Amino acid sequence: MLLEIHEPGASPLPHADDVGVAVGIDLGTTNTVVAYAHAGKPEALRDPDGVALIPSIVAYRESSQATVGEEARRLLLDNPHNVVSSIKRLMGRGIADVKALGGTLPYIVEPGTGKNSMVQLRIAGKARSPVEISAEILRAARARAEQALGRTVDRAVITVPAYFDDAARTATRDAARVAGLEVLRLVNEPTAAALAYGLDKHAEGVFAVYDLGGGTFDFSLLRLEKGVFQVLATGGDAALGGDDFDHAVAEHFLADRKAQGKPLAMDAGEVKLALASARLAKECLSRQAEGVWSLDIGDLPSRHRLDVAGLEGLIAPFVARTMAICRGVLADAGMGVDGVKGVVLVGGSTRVPLVRREVEALFGQPPLQDIDPDEVVALGAALQAEALTVGSDTLLLDVTPLSLGIETIGGLVEKIVPRNTPIPVSLAQEFTTYQDSQTGMALHVVQGEREKVEDCRSLARFELLGIPPMTAGAARIKVSFSVDADGLLTVSALEKTTGMSQHVEVKPSYGLDDAAMERMLRDSIEHAASDMSERLLTEARVDARRVTLALDAALSADGDLLAGHERHQIDAARTRLVLAAEGGDRDAIAAAMEGLESIVKPFAEKRMDRGIRQALTGVEVERLAAKIG
Amino acid sequence: MSKIELPSAAAQQPPGPLTPCWSCKGPVDARALFCHTCGAVQPPRGIDHFARLALPAMFEIPIADLERRYFGFQRYLHPDRFAVKSAKEKAISQQQAAALNEAYEVLKNPLTRGAYLLGLKGNPLPGDGQTVNDPELLMEAMETREALADAKDAASLKGIADRARGDFETAQRRLATAFAEDDLEGARRTVLRLRYLEKFRDELRARAINIAQGK
Ligand SMILES: [Zn+2]
Repeated sequence: MLLEIHEPGASPLPHADDVGVAVGIDLGTTNTVVAYAHAGKPEALRDPDGVALIPSIVAYRESSQATVGEEARRLLLDNPHNVVSSIKRLMGRGIADVKALGGTLPYIVEPGTGKNSMVQLRIAGKARSPVEISAEILRAARARAEQALGRTVDRAVITVPAYFDDAARTATRDAARVAGLEVLRLVNEPTAAALAYGLDKHAEGVFAVYDLGGGTFDFSLLRLEKGVFQVLATGGDAALGGDDFDHAVAEHFLADRKAQGKPLAMDAGEVKLALASARLAKECLSRQAEGVWSLDIGDLPSRHRLDVAGLEGLIAPFVARTMAICRGVLADAGMGVDGVKGVVLVGGSTRVPLVRREVEALFGQPPLQDIDPDEVVALGAALQAEALTVGSDTLLLDVTPLSLGIETIGGLVEKIVPRNTPIPVSLAQEFTTYQDSQTGMALHVVQGEREKVEDCRSLARFELLGIPPMTAGAARIKVSFSVDADGLLTVSALEKTTGMSQHVEVKPSYGLDDAAMERMLRDSIEHAASDMSERLLTEARVDARRVTLALDAALSADGDLLAGHERHQIDAARTRLVLAAEGGDRDAIAAAMEGLESIVKPFAEKRMDRGIRQALTGVEVERLAAKIG
Repeated sequence: MSKIELPSAAAQQPPGPLTPCWSCKGPVDARALFCHTCGAVQPPRGIDHFARLALPAMFEIPIADLERRYFGFQRYLHPDRFAVKSAKEKAISQQQAAALNEAYEVLKNPLTRGAYLLGLKGNPLPGDGQTVNDPELLMEAMETREALADAKDAASLKGIADRARGDFETAQRRLATAFAEDDLEGARRTVLRLRYLEKFRDELRARAINIAQGK
């Protein structure tokens, strides 16, 4: 585990200048879609053949670069060992999580380097992290966008399942960084879909989004009103999706093969082929009543018949699980199905007729399907990318999908941020020592709904040291949880005793230590654009611009306080900062900022002495309230 | 319910104490959300949840007013409005939006709003899990929990749930009356009762799921 300790208030996310274009990317388990919005009109970006879906499949060859998408899918048949699909299921997962998923993954999975770290896959003779594999997909999406738009793409809104935990979100953000993309925001997939749907249809009222993808299920209830998209409650399962349907069908075929007396032993490549046959069967049975599919295993291929009723029998338990989650979320929001105005279907797996029927039965109304369920999430992400860079009247208010808490005595969880709390959020709780003269306190941060720590996901462990020796129960340790607008958590602990306080900030981080991240950045072609020093330079330039603009505003308000020579000095220092910001030396920018600050200091003091001359008192709460109404 | 009197721009409070703006270093009203000189967003200050949303500190707040203010302030202060700004501005907007979210979450639920208002009026409630010294409430809790344990099917459960909902609504009305009459002791007792009724509602829900699953 990696602990990033940084100054309170300093954002861990550097950002870019207004260069290049910002897009929306739906990084899916099965397919990835990139879209671009201009003037409130989003559009999925297509290849020359008009296809928007980029299969989330990556093929590696010993000597050359990775191949992504349709071409990689074709390689799957010839060389299944070097081809990876459904990598999203492993984002932020440790070896223990993968074991919990069962032996259903057709990969050679290895534990990552370091304690608590993300798994790695052995492909084409090399260990690769899910982050770098996902980065290949993002790179392909970026290339698609640059080709379609004819412009540089360097920023993106990337969607994640609402039910993704902190580890998977962090991994997604890291993958974007490796692909040379600045993440403007991680947006929850159902929320993005609601945004696209609501803006397109001018929908108002409470809407449900049922999002069944290849590997994840999300269900969200949102209230849409006058440009506000407020998530009321969300729930899901980060390991439930169309892939499970495929596995169920494949297992059925294998059982049938066994009944035919044929051998079952398969290598990892043959498992992938069996899954591909199963997937084909599932897709065909959305359109036809029955069919026959073959399994090519060893020297003895076998043929298997399946009809719609048979398929539905195999997948019904998974569909039932999604329905139970829907009911739970409705209960969390304190509402019944009669309060839901419409149900938006998202994700390729909602094409399965059984899913549509069950959704219709639960909500008592046919689901909405006017926007392509494969594209609607990317369209929403593109709208949000435009909103964040160009501006917008809409407001997205999302929530935390999972409760966040801390381990207390007896292995129990004390919840600090309950699920469905609007984000960003900052909540704190006080704890105390339980032994006399205890000078350290171990803090274990967990995510999940269960009461026992062992049933929740462990996010981070850290120790607060230097507590002055006191009797048990006398120390007061305030633990604060902050979840930002991307759904990412920062934990800080403050030890408040007589005259002493200590402040540490811990950012849970998974799997990738600094060295691994650095290697990936070095390996990546676009590393220059995403390099840390490049980002810090950009950050310094943004801040330099803020400082000059603030100074200009101050000069035009109170410039009359300055004598001629003072004004000259300030103007000269300002020019030095502007010139430094045009150059590429971050230290020079920092020095010029400091120089300007010290020269401006007497001016600032004069301004404070003058006070507010005008009736202008700033935009205080009451003034803004009067404006809001 | 009557509509809340909103402070008009004309009836504004006089300028408050001044503090230096973190960005342009000039004077800014300590209550300001944005600097009037350079426009930089200012850190949230320690004010109560009602003041944060420019609402009067009273129990009966029309939900429409609460939401209009909450959404309205978020339109200005949410981090989505600061995505291309400097790191410091992003961080401050995050704090502002978190403060608004906290205020909204506390005030939108009558139970938490009542408890918070009692605290503001110098009448804080015991924390969760601490003993409630109200024999009448304890007796009631015991009886309803027994009835819940005895309920074996959905029909009898529904009877209990309907009664619990009725009790909850009655208690909410009583709370409003108590605050209106400035009967803080009555309000305090009712908030504790509402707390219990809310917990009971969760238990009912868990029991309903168990019965549906045939346990
Ligand atoms: Zn200012």
